[in-house]
Amino acid sequence: MPEPIEKVSIVISKGSLEGVYPGLIMANGARMEGIDAMLFFTFFGLDAITKKRMNNLKVATVGNPAMHMPSVIGMLPGMSAFATSMMKKEMEKLDIPPVDEFIEMIHDSGAGIYACKAAMDMFHLKREDLCDPVDGILTVGEFYEKSAGAQIIFT
Amino acid sequence: MPQREIAGTMIDFDDEGFMTDHTQWNEDIARVLAKEEGIEELTDRHMAVINFMRKEFEEKGTGPSIRRLTKESGVPTKELYQLFPKGPAKKAARIAGIKKPQGCV
Repeated sequence: MPEPIEKVSIVISKGSLEGVYPGLIMANGARMEGIDAMLFFTFFGLDAITKKRMNNLKVATVGNPAMHMPSVIGMLPGMSAFATSMMKKEMEKLDIPPVDEFIEMIHDSGAGIYACKAAMDMFHLKREDLCDPVDGILTVGEFYEKSAGAQIIFT
Repeated sequence: MPQREIAGTMIDFDDEGFMTDHTQWNEDIARVLAKEEGIEELTDRHMAVINFMRKEFEEKGTGPSIRRLTKESGVPTKELYQLFPKGPAKKAARIAGIKKPQGCV
């Protein structure tokens, strides 16, 4: 029998709705299975834990062949907002919470929520710009230390 | 493990240890299943979760998502994970005598 997975460390590096949710769902799903989990937000992924941005994430309608429409249509005003509201409706049906509620829920489940120091510096963000459930700001080195024994998943 | 005797009754299980007929369930069975999951004593709080899961299952044919569970059973997320430390979704479903939850959240 292969060893069961005991710990996952999930990196979220993108800031679009479809770039953020998979990592959140996987972290939450890990905790539901009794697997230890931590989330590390870097680069544009920081939007998902930045107070004034986290509930305004958008679906990218340009440069995404799986939108099944030409990018020029995706460029039209309102397309991204439209696709975003459609997707949010579908997610609500599946009981997938909005980003702020989801982050809090994952944190309450015992998963650590961390921001990447390099990305924080790059975007001139401070701790107070981030939502309350964030447990800390880590350097890459500290991220690896905290991930000891974990499977690292990059999204 | 298709069938075994628990608390004096023959109970049907699937291969993963979930009861296949939730009507065979009672609290004595729940206590035995809880012990198997490492939960020594089922408190009122455990029972609040279990009863809500059973109610949802009876109404919808599947257990609730964690979000519904915490919002509607009155047991917040943190406490839920303390009550069922090694994974609330599966453990609580097994003790509640319902099928393995199908949802992802």
